[in-house]
Order: sequence, then C-alpha cells, then structure tokens
Amino acid sequence: MTYHLNYDFIWRHFSKLSWGLVLSLELAFVSILIGMAIGLSLALAYTGGRGFVRRAVAGYVEFIRNVPLLLLVYLVFYGVPSVGGFAYDATESFVITLSVYAGATMVEVFRAGLAAVPRGLIDAGKAIGLTGWQRLIWVRLPTMFRIVLPSLSNAFVSLFKDTSLASVIAVPELTYGAQWINTNSFRVIEVWSVVAPMYLVTGYVLLFLLQRLERRFTVH
Amino acid sequence: MLYAIQSLPFLWKGLLITLEVSALVVFLSLIAGVILGVGIVYGPRWLYWPIRIYSDFLRGIPLLVLIFFIYYALPLIGLNFTNIMSVVVALSAFESAHIIEVVRGAIQSIHRGQNEAAKAIGLRFTQRLLYVIAPQAIRRFLPPWINAVVDTVKGSALVSLVGIVDLTLAIQQVIGRTYVPMPLYILGAIMYFVINYILSSASRVLEARFAYIRE
Amino acid sequence: MGASSSSLVVQIRGLRKSFGVNRVLDGVDLDVRKGEVVVVIGPSGSGKTTLLRCINLLETYDEGSIQVDGVEVGFHDAPGGVRQPRGDRELSHIRADIGMVFQLFNLFPHLTARENVMLGLRKVRGLHVAEAKRIAEQWLTRVGLADKFDSLPSHLSGGQQQRVGIARAVAMDPKVLLLDEITSALDPELVGEVLTVVQELAKDGMTMIVVTHEMTFARDVATRILFMDGGRIQIQGTPREVLSATGHERLKAFLARIEMMHH
Repeated sequence: MTYHLNYDFIWRHFSKLSWGLVLSLELAFVSILIGMAIGLSLALAYTGGRGFVRRAVAGYVEFIRNVPLLLLVYLVFYGVPSVGGFAYDATESFVITLSVYAGATMVEVFRAGLAAVPRGLIDAGKAIGLTGWQRLIWVRLPTMFRIVLPSLSNAFVSLFKDTSLASVIAVPELTYGAQWINTNSFRVIEVWSVVAPMYLVTGYVLLFLLQRLERRFTVH
Repeated sequence: MLYAIQSLPFLWKGLLITLEVSALVVFLSLIAGVILGVGIVYGPRWLYWPIRIYSDFLRGIPLLVLIFFIYYALPLIGLNFTNIMSVVVALSAFESAHIIEVVRGAIQSIHRGQNEAAKAIGLRFTQRLLYVIAPQAIRRFLPPWINAVVDTVKGSALVSLVGIVDLTLAIQQVIGRTYVPMPLYILGAIMYFVINYILSSASRVLEARFAYIRE
Repeated sequence: MGASSSSLVVQIRGLRKSFGVNRVLDGVDLDVRKGEVVVVIGPSGSGKTTLLRCINLLETYDEGSIQVDGVEVGFHDAPGGVRQPRGDRELSHIRADIGMVFQLFNLFPHLTARENVMLGLRKVRGLHVAEAKRIAEQWLTRVGLADKFDSLPSHLSGGQQQRVGIARAVAMDPKVLLLDEITSALDPELVGEVLTVVQELAKDGMTMIVVTHEMTFARDVATRILFMDGGRIQIQGTPREVLSATGHERLKAFLARIEMMHH
C-alpha cells in the first residue's frame, strides 16, 4: 500500500505546532524555576538537618523518582480535585505536577552540588570571620551554582521533553498540536516528521545556548 | 476504599502486563545497546556516525512522540505490527539509545593501559573484551543501567495511551467504574514505587559487590 | 628468512614513524642478539618509548621493517608484493612471543596476582588450569612474591605490582622482553627490588630491550647502551664507551641533566 506524502494540512495549521512549542518551553521554564526553589530549600534542609528531616526529604525524592510522570499527571489533575473539592485547569495542574517532579531532581542536583564545594573555600570563609549564614550566601551557594550549571542545563532540556505528557490532559503544547493535526487529517508520517525534528532541534539549541551561558560562569 | 480492594485482581493483571512489557524491553534494549555500544567504541570508522545519529536522535525526542510515531505511522508504510509489538519496538529503541551511552561511558572509563597490557600478552580482541575490559566495565555499567531499567518501567506507563491495559490503564478503567480516583492513584503509585525501589536497591547491592576493583 | 644469522632475535631496519606532522622515529636500525641486554637512553620525545611500542605493535610504523625471530611484526606480504597490515589474530601470535612490562604496571585489577600471570598462559598458550597455575606460582616465587598469590593488585605496593607485571610477561616465555621505564612510577625505595629481579633475568640469559633513566642500572646490566635523540640512534656502544661520552655534545648535556636530577 503506497502512501503519498502531503504536507499541506500541516503548513496550514502550523501555528498549532509553533505556538505549541512556545507553550512547551514556557511550561518547562516555569516548572524548572519552581522546581529549583523546591529543590534548593529541601537540599539545604537535608544538608543542615537532622535524621527525620533527611528521611522526609529522601522519601519525597525516592517517591517522585520511582513513579511514572504520567501517573503523577493523572493523580494531580484528576485525583487531587476530588479530595480537595476545588478544580483547576489542565495547564495549572500540569505545571504543579512538573514542578514537583523537577523539584525531586533538583534536590539531588543541589545536594551533590553543595557537597562538591571545596572545603578550602569554606575554610577560607571561616578564616575571614564570616558566620555560617554568610558563608552559605556568599561562598557556598555561588560556588554551588557554578558547579551545577551543566546538570541544570540537562535537567531543563529533559523537562522540555517531558512537557509532551501535558498532551494527555489536553494542554495545547507541541505534542497535543501534533495529535490534533493527526486526528483531523490522518497525515501521521508528515506530522511526526515535522514534530520530532522540532523537539530535537529545540533541544540542541537550548543546550547550545545554555553552554554559552555556562562558559561565562565556569569555575576553573 | 472498599472499591480499591475489590479491584485488586484487575489491577494485578495490569501489573503483570507492565512487568512483561518492561522485561521484554529491558532484554531487547540491553542486547541492542551493548552490541551497538561496543560497536561505537571498537568498531570501524564508518560505524561511528550511524550509531551516533541513532543514539542522539532517540535521546533527543520525547518517548511519547516516538511511541505515537511508531504506533501510528508504521502500519501506513506496510509494517503491520500488533499493538504490543509497536510499543515494545518503540520503548526498546528508546532505551537502547541510553544504554549505548552507558556502555560507551563504562568502556571509555577504563584506562587504555589495560587494553595495551592485554594486547601485550597476546590476547585477541574478543578475549580482551571478555577477560579484561568487560569485567572492569561492568562496575561502571550497572548503576546507570539499573537507572535505565527503572526508566523503562516508568516509560511503560505510556503504553496505556495506545490502548494496552497495563497497570496505569487498569487504574484508569477502575476509576472509570468506581469514581474514586485518589485512593486508586495512590495505590498505583505505591505499586510502581515498590517495583522500582526494589530495582534501585538491587543496584546498590551490586555496586557494593563490585567495589573491590579500586582504580 | 628464519631465525638464522647466529640467534638474531630482533632486527630493525629503516624504521620511521610520525604522529601527524611530528616525525618521532626517523630511520632506526638495530640488531639485538640472543641474551643481549640493550638499554636505550635519551631525552623525552626522542622516540625511545615509541620504538619499544612499535616492536610489539602497540604502535604501528609507517616505513621500515621490524623482525622478531625472523618474522615481520607489522605486516605480511600480500599478492602483488604489497605489504598488508597484520590482523588481530596474527598479532596475537606474534605478541605472545614478545613480553612487555609497563611504566604504570597495568595489572588487571579484577584478577589476583596469580590470575594475572595465568591469563596469558591459559588463553593464549592454551595451557590447562593446573599447568598454568604451576608456572604462574613458579614465576611469582622467582620474583619474590610467594606469599602474594591470592592478593589483588590494589593490596600490593608499587614495587610488588611491578614484579607481578614482570612475572606476567616472562611466564609467557617470550623471545624478547621489552621494559618501558618500569621504575619511573615507583617510589625510590621500591626501585631496588624491581631492578634486582631484572638483573637476575639478565643473568639467566633473557634477551631484553630496556628504556630507562636509571644510569647505574644501565651501567651494571647493559651489554650495550643506545643513546637516542630526535628519532634516531645517535651513539651506541658498551656502557663504558657511551657513559663516558667523549666528544658527543648532546649526550654529554643529557647525562649532565640526569646527574643533576639525582643530586
């Protein structure tokens, strides 16, 4: 059975894809910001905290990292409103889900980053009389951020790809746009042959830009 | 709560499907990943770029996109896979790309002097790989590979979107009948968690077992 | 061809090799007879390590010929008189008869001392486990490690590891032993135990080509010393001839630098 390629429908409705891509990027961006906030606070709590704090943080991280993102998306979108009595729209729900998901990764990234700050720097801070808090803000955090930049870049690109799951709750990002074109035109090969490269190229561009950013901040 | 307990047998069937799909994918992706990984490190020049492109492409697109593409597009070009075959192919290809990178990293982390010493006593290529390189590479290979296995189990949840009744879809269907989403989602999350937690613990044990090889 | 001409073990003619634009070996000729201990000295970058590594084809060579026991190491003759690089299987046979000991030891960390020595005996020489074990233990005892058969490399000192490395190489009964700066990575107090082993091997008639910075060792053990610089052998002769270095500027400068390092 032969199949004739026809991209008309796709070009006519390309805005669904281009705007979908923009939304995907926005979702990823907001989620990583919130995720970093969650991750940093929990990493600090873990590093400075006692037994039960550490276990709680570890519990959160282990739970999120071992459960499929899809299930989490459903849980937050369908499950939570049913016990909470409120409703939110799909996009809000997805951002919450992805932020919590990103947060778990970020805890690990920041925890490892903090541990990687060279002892010598901390000692130098002590030697010039900085207090614990001052050392945290002026020495440890800035150094940690430079160290974790590569991990942050990779996490961001990863999250960008994970936004494709928002399509299952009808958030109009890139994959949803592709599905829409699919159901309305059956031009399956054409649409994926456009959308897959869109993800691929965007990923590379993001990595490239983030690496340029990294170079301005490198540690050594 | 009662509904949740009553639906357990049905969820159990879904869990079995999840495990079967995952096991099959782990097996296929391991074979493909190791062969291609060894190929990209030790193979002839002309093998490098095809494998590299394969690996970079599959790691650069979302798993969902790959599953949809293979599931919907392949029949159109005449390849009539069953539902399960399509998703297994998609998942295996996706994971194999990650395993190629894990293999590559593990082999390249071994000091080149090891390969030279092996050559110097006259070992042939397959012998060098089997008796010198692989035993050392395994240690670097196992933790990230178990990670990939955990990702496979998590990724298997996506098969629910093309109609395969795995644990995730089973949960959806039970919720559709009983209208109690939260307890069931939590139950499902716990079930996935237990599987993956056992796997990651196995990873820690294996790591410790091979730790006697100090650099 | 064949191992004629009174036990000529290694014969090198017109050896040339470049790494990119860098000409590392620029026309080396060398004959090594059975039982000789040839020591190669020279500044870094002079090509001495590359020379050694070409002999057992850890590096390929561009021009010239290296014959070990009459067999061309890097190439075989194809129809039409063109020479073809040797494949993995052929190299395996050739390398089995050439032993090498490395500067960084390169012991297999996942195998015990005994297993390190046995690996080649079992998989390349095809010996049975019991026979390989016997030979391995015999050689490990010869190098003074009779109580370390079951030790892993990570539990051995540098000197001990290097002696295992030597045992691993000689257990294969090679025609020639290549020693690549085998004491350079050792703490000074461990160097002696390794050099003693090498000296005994030399006394027992092992043919050796040694690259080293240890001048005392060179003087005591070498039957011949080669000074290499700029990819060529500049001077060769008996230890006394070479080390007194009359009339050769670069050699004199090199020896002076070595002297300074040791004081």
